[in-house]
Amino acid sequence: MELPVLSLVTFIPLVGAIVVLLMSSENEKAVKATSTVFSGISFVFSVVLMVAYNRAIPDFQFVERASWIPQINVWYYVGVDGISITMVFLTALLSFMSVIGSFGIKDRVKQYFALFLLLQTAMTGVFVALDFFLFYVFWEAMLVPMYFLIGIWGGPRREYAAIKFFLYTLLGSVAILLAILAMYFSTTPHTFDIVELGKTHPFAPGLQMILFLALFLGFAIKVPVFPFHTWLPDAHVEAPTAISVILAGVLLKMGTYGIFRISYPILPDAARDFAPFLAVLAVINIVYGALVAMGQKDLKKLVAYSSVSHMGYVLLGLAAMTPTAMNGAMLQMFAHGIITGSLFLLVGVIYDRAHHRDIDGFGGLAVQLPIYTGIMSLACFASLGLPGLAGFIAEFMTFVGAFPVFKTIVMISAVGIVITAGYFLWTLQRMFLGKPQEKYAGFPDLSARELVTLVPLQVLTVFIGVYPWLIIDFMNSSMESLSHFLRGV
Amino acid sequence: MNEYALGQGLWEMGFAAAVPFTLVALSAMAVLLADLWLLPSQKRALPWAALAGVLLSAASVAFLWNEEATGFGGAIRLDRFSAFFAMVFLLGTGLVVLLSSAYARREGVERGEYYALLLFGTSGAMLMASAVELVTFFLGLEILSVSLYVLSGFFRQRPASAEAAAKYFILGAFASAFLLYGIALFYGASGSTTYAALRESFGSAAFPYSHGLLALAASGLLLIGLAFKLGAVPFHMWVPDTYEGAPTTITAYMSVVSKAAAAAAFIRVFGASLSSLQQDTSAVLWVLAVVTMTLGNVVAIAQTNIKRMLAYSSIAHAGYLLVALTAAGEAGYSSVLFYVLAYVFMTLGAFGVVSLVRKGEGGADAGAEALDISHYSGLAGRHGLLAAAMAVFMVSLSGIPPTAGFFAKFYVFSAAVRAGEVGLAIIGVLNSLVSVYFYMRIVFLMYMKEETVPVRGSRSRAGWVALAACVLGTLLLGVLPSSFARLATESIASIF
Repeated sequence: MELPVLSLVTFIPLVGAIVVLLMSSENEKAVKATSTVFSGISFVFSVVLMVAYNRAIPDFQFVERASWIPQINVWYYVGVDGISITMVFLTALLSFMSVIGSFGIKDRVKQYFALFLLLQTAMTGVFVALDFFLFYVFWEAMLVPMYFLIGIWGGPRREYAAIKFFLYTLLGSVAILLAILAMYFSTTPHTFDIVELGKTHPFAPGLQMILFLALFLGFAIKVPVFPFHTWLPDAHVEAPTAISVILAGVLLKMGTYGIFRISYPILPDAARDFAPFLAVLAVINIVYGALVAMGQKDLKKLVAYSSVSHMGYVLLGLAAMTPTAMNGAMLQMFAHGIITGSLFLLVGVIYDRAHHRDIDGFGGLAVQLPIYTGIMSLACFASLGLPGLAGFIAEFMTFVGAFPVFKTIVMISAVGIVITAGYFLWTLQRMFLGKPQEKYAGFPDLSARELVTLVPLQVLTVFIGVYPWLIIDFMNSSMESLSHFLRGV
Repeated sequence: MNEYALGQGLWEMGFAAAVPFTLVALSAMAVLLADLWLLPSQKRALPWAALAGVLLSAASVAFLWNEEATGFGGAIRLDRFSAFFAMVFLLGTGLVVLLSSAYARREGVERGEYYALLLFGTSGAMLMASAVELVTFFLGLEILSVSLYVLSGFFRQRPASAEAAAKYFILGAFASAFLLYGIALFYGASGSTTYAALRESFGSAAFPYSHGLLALAASGLLLIGLAFKLGAVPFHMWVPDTYEGAPTTITAYMSVVSKAAAAAAFIRVFGASLSSLQQDTSAVLWVLAVVTMTLGNVVAIAQTNIKRMLAYSSIAHAGYLLVALTAAGEAGYSSVLFYVLAYVFMTLGAFGVVSLVRKGEGGADAGAEALDISHYSGLAGRHGLLAAAMAVFMVSLSGIPPTAGFFAKFYVFSAAVRAGEVGLAIIGVLNSLVSVYFYMRIVFLMYMKEETVPVRGSRSRAGWVALAACVLGTLLLGVLPSSFARLATESIASIF
């Protein structure tokens, strides 16, 4: 029998969570070690997945299928294609890094790691599920651990942030649920099969529009698309470091992933009609997000709003529907995951030392923390789209692919790049240049553990920047076939 | 004649159909008698005796699982449907008995009558689910109701409990009168009180118009009686006060067993027998469902007493049940059965936690029940397991996967969509969104707030066993709902 790799990647963290729960809460070291091991095994399997994946064909691979609730035709049905495989890898990678990055947690350690591993299972599940019911179960199951992780271990306004995140996302989920039910009952025989629906896309254009809008509400809240973005700064700022990494690195991607996986293949007519609106929303995200980021005094809030801006590029690529633009969007999802993940880790590093995140309160740190300065600069440059780093390739491809379709919008979006460069450079200047301050004199530079979480992400950022085909190769065939299908060529 | 022939004769008379609830009633009498002989120090044996009765009856249901029998001249019927509900009632009763064993002693109500009345109530509920004749159904309802009137006033010294009982009794008697009137009209219209005769009289569209009017009036009256038991708006006035004042374990029992019994009777009468009137009843049920869900959920938000909050939550859940009853059809009714089963685990669990938590040392009223929602602040710090169990129940009640509550709601709303009631499904889904707020507030208080009033959890082993069973049931029904859904479908198929 073949090894059920996808199930292993998905459920090993769940096993880890159960093991952790059964351990004594006194022995925090053992809890941390166990969590690292389980998250690590899951990561190793995700690497196995990447290596064994056949990049030439756009079909689903590593498919596992078993009847789950036969009465209503629900299956345990998982598989990956070019749309999901990089996301599965990104989830495993960032989770593993975040587990290590969470060693500093001091309060209720056992519960923290159990919930974190639970979250990892739910997140991975979202990316591998090919049955609507299963997809929805994972999508919703993610909420509860996230709620706890923000609400218990978060910052001073954690309670507000946690419930806001919860209710916002749930509102979106409910719209998704109704769309799923509507699709189920308008097909004969009734089916929750995402792949099947993507092949037959049996809905009339009018119904497609309704379904598209319902699904879009759910996905847009997650991305988040303006004007549904207000939960994001609260959640990101209040969440503990590792959870911010997961929020920005993985959760936001679920929204755009949902459009790639569900809205586009199943509702192509509505998608085409909606594309111009999507492009407009994208440019609002890009420019508005960047402008708001520029006005932030809190470093973490700045990074949070930069996410709003960067997710706009993904939306732009989606709206354009050309293979290049969609490859760019997909790559941007991956690149943003690792770059913003590093940025949040870096914000956590300085917060642990200075106990504040006020950008203007720093200054001259380059002298005191040279390694930190180096890595922070690299991450900021990657985020602002410096050529040779991952973010540049993704944004460039998106623009090149989208330009023939939306000329004006792309030109306006380019303003976003300038603003982004502006606020990141200004931030670097305020934090690291100038006269060193006395009060930060004794700060230790990055510790070995912090380096372990940061360096792999930086290496990937540079590597993808130089050799983007490494990642694009995985998604290209799927993106081309999806693009051809959507544009009818 | 030999014993074999006697057994054969009883079997042919349909005694098999009466075995499960007779066993429960006999155990109730045994508990009463035992109470007379037991010394005060031996009263601890009472719950175990009651539990033995429950298990005995459950064994008989399991034994008769594949049988079908009609007994007492077509008054009661044993089929998969009554067996399913018998199991639900027995499960609920068993869990309540376990929870009561510590609770009743601590609150000073550990008397034989307490357990005997619980068992009598259960036998009434079982009779309601297996009755296929209106007067027998009424008999079951009254056995259940009278037991509950007494039980809700079991704290004789406390005004709140007396108020609970008085309100419940007066309004309940009123509802019973409606019900009886309805039965009388049915008798007038069809000349019989058996469900089979109802189906025959009103099954075809050909029945005379005047009879049709009579039948509609009768249905309306019957509906009022059942809606009262179900706690549906606008017949819900008794629910918050009675739930708040009654002993917590009895509240748990009421919210689960009495609701389930009303749902069972509803399906037998309106689903299986009066399906020809379905268009008319559906229109009424639609309205009832919407107001019940909405009022329950919205008012629950403002509550500060946890039992009152759970009371409004139970009203809201009656609304979800009404959504399924509006959807009707085999899918709708199957979803009712699944919902009821899921509801047993999550609601009993939630009330179970409430019954196990009390105020700790330090305050003036140490040892009293901790009923204010604010008492749950910081519970996770002191009683991690209790808080975790409560969190599971709250998540399930809000309908978030992978718990029983999610699949139950999914089943209900998908039945509604299938029946073409898309609007109702949307209202239902939005309602469950509202409900998340007050359920998650409990979780929020337990995990994210500091302790304000010291509380401590009971160490009652029996109570913990019951809670563990509820947690397991809640998760099992959420992760592997398939076999339970099949059970529900088969049970419904047996009465159509």
